[in-house]
Amino acid sequence: MTAVSYEVSHLRALEAEAIHVMREVAAEVERAVLLFSGGKDSIVLLRLAEKAFHPAKFPFAVMHVDTGHNFPEVLEFRDRRMEELGARLLVASVQDAIDAGKVVEETGPRASRNRLQTVALLDAITEHDFKAAFGGARRDEERARAKERIFSFRDDFGGWDPKAQRPELWNIYNAHINPGEHMRVFPLSNWTELDVWQYIREEELEIPSIYMAHEREVFDRDGMIYAVSPYVELLPGEEPYTASVRYRTVGDMSCTGAVQSSAATLDEVVAEIAATRITERGETRADDRVSEAAMEDRKREGYF
Amino acid sequence: MPGAATNGKVLVDARPSELVRVATAGSVDDGKSTLIGRLLYDSKQVLQDQLEHVERVSVERGDGYVNLALLTDGLRAEREQGITIDVAYRYFHTPKRKFIIADTPGHEQYTRNMVTGASTADVALVLIDARNGVVEQSRRHAFIASLLRIPHLVVAINKMDLVAWDEAVFERITSEFASWAAKLDVTDITFIPISALQGDNVVERSEHMPWYDGPSLLYHLEHVHIASDRNLIDCRFPVQWVIRPMDDDHHDYRGYAGQVASGVLSVGDEVVVQPSGVRTRIAAIETQDGPLQEAYPPLSVTVLLEDDVDVSRGDMICRINNSPTPSKEVEATICWMSERPLRPGGRYRIKHTTRTALAKVDQLRYRFDVNSMHRDEQADQLGLNEIGRVRLRLSAPLLVDEYRRNRATGSFILIEESSNDTVAAGMILGADED
Repeated sequence: MTAVSYEVSHLRALEAEAIHVMREVAAEVERAVLLFSGGKDSIVLLRLAEKAFHPAKFPFAVMHVDTGHNFPEVLEFRDRRMEELGARLLVASVQDAIDAGKVVEETGPRASRNRLQTVALLDAITEHDFKAAFGGARRDEERARAKERIFSFRDDFGGWDPKAQRPELWNIYNAHINPGEHMRVFPLSNWTELDVWQYIREEELEIPSIYMAHEREVFDRDGMIYAVSPYVELLPGEEPYTASVRYRTVGDMSCTGAVQSSAATLDEVVAEIAATRITERGETRADDRVSEAAMEDRKREGYF
Repeated sequence: MPGAATNGKVLVDARPSELVRVATAGSVDDGKSTLIGRLLYDSKQVLQDQLEHVERVSVERGDGYVNLALLTDGLRAEREQGITIDVAYRYFHTPKRKFIIADTPGHEQYTRNMVTGASTADVALVLIDARNGVVEQSRRHAFIASLLRIPHLVVAINKMDLVAWDEAVFERITSEFASWAAKLDVTDITFIPISALQGDNVVERSEHMPWYDGPSLLYHLEHVHIASDRNLIDCRFPVQWVIRPMDDDHHDYRGYAGQVASGVLSVGDEVVVQPSGVRTRIAAIETQDGPLQEAYPPLSVTVLLEDDVDVSRGDMICRINNSPTPSKEVEATICWMSERPLRPGGRYRIKHTTRTALAKVDQLRYRFDVNSMHRDEQADQLGLNEIGRVRLRLSAPLLVDEYRRNRATGSFILIEESSNDTVAAGMILGADED
């Protein structure tokens, strides 16, 4: 044999790992669902699901946990993508959980439905008897996530016990569970924010328009820039103004901040991410600022 | 070029940056967290809000300096106790490479978590405190690295600032470690004197140790040659999933989806499907991005065969005259990971590549004392974090290779049937043909 290097780029290695993970779930788990928020990570997840089972359709439903406080651009994008893929979309609605009296909405100007999503998610997992749910979470996002396994076990309360995680060896995953329990599976565990953007660029993936710079009416709070929307009450002294912004993460409108940006193309976004000096969650997510262990606490309760 | 997709969307060409997995082991006392913090900080991967957080917490704790070790603390319990309990994964990149650091605990009671981090690593980084020299813990870390066959071992002699940057200290520790490590199965060991706290020889070469003419740690990690660590000789393709679209365009389509475990698959190759032994040829190798001429580790692809043969999950596509032994009796080294001990006669599920069977522990041959390297042949059980050699009898043949030849087809896990817990990591030493 001649000297051929058989080089594999880091993106292709990450892609191969994620596809392997998705196929293992399909093969070993009775009913799985892919959690889709319309954000960049779940968009990549959806593309990987397509690749893993091509030319067949991927053998899982897609579920959106809907806070009712969405960016309209994201909902429009979600519905169009589902139609293109011919995928089955389930919606787990936080509004429905509130209306049914299962959860009580937070009040006040800092009210958010972020934490209420956990109830809607766990209820839907129970209702459909899903044994596994794919999430787009990455370990580089946050310190508790840095600890999580790719196949992450949830007990019959939907809870995560970070001190009793199953050892995870080589690429041999253990998906065995008892009735009532489920697995959260994170194929993008080893991807960084930059990897996700590079992949979106390489694959020419369509993303919701709010990821690109646009003019928007915003206001400042706690060092972050929020969109003016029906879901957020302004505090005294908070003055709306118009700015060129884009989003680094897509969550509930009430707790997702924007960044000042003029990046209007994917190349510009990738360049901006490569040069940024602040983490995406630090810059744009109020939900992680509650305490030192905000994410760990929510994950223990069954959050994404 | 081999492996190139035909539609031009080839990631390989666009971004030749290589993924390197590094496992570190050590306790807070060795300066492991400080070292990782230093690597992230000096390679400019620590972002402003993370640094502000560390600065604030350092002041609150009264550390008196910016405690970079705090960058790697994950869980509440770890922050409270000042120890690493479970593996945390850290990411950083340089223009050449993208690194995944599995930051694993050093304490003996968390050995199973160390093994988790070590199982996928290309490079093991073991830390030694220059003041203490080679201690039990450093030997255990190096032993586990060799057991898991991490191809490259880096021994960082840390806290050189506290021994006056003394070359004699470095030389003494190096030779002591090297003579002990001669008993291990490690081919590539590199020793680097560092000060994680001050940054010497971490990213930049140290000015305090002119007697050391080797590379800094980061330079070494950027240049250690890992591409040839893959087994590109023994063709092994464990079938994960059979793709049958069952739509009008793909009536008779049967694709065998999987990740190449080792070797190179080429279109036109004569292959044998194990364990049935049926022979056929590779008709095509497909991805959604287009067909490939060749596939190699770690690519995930779909293989189409020329003949209509019976292939399902758990089968393995191999080359004729080079296929693994279908075996129902295996000898293996295992690391036990459960509080409930392994006992001879115990019954477990065994998962090996994409195949699951039942395994009975026929014999516990010995328990291995990692510290003394002594084999206790009288042992009648293996407790949590203990390592031993067992003989397993299987309910169905597995397609095994020796772990030392093939990490992907030589490894397995044991799962306890009642709890579903993963209770052991296994490395195959040999097998009897079925």
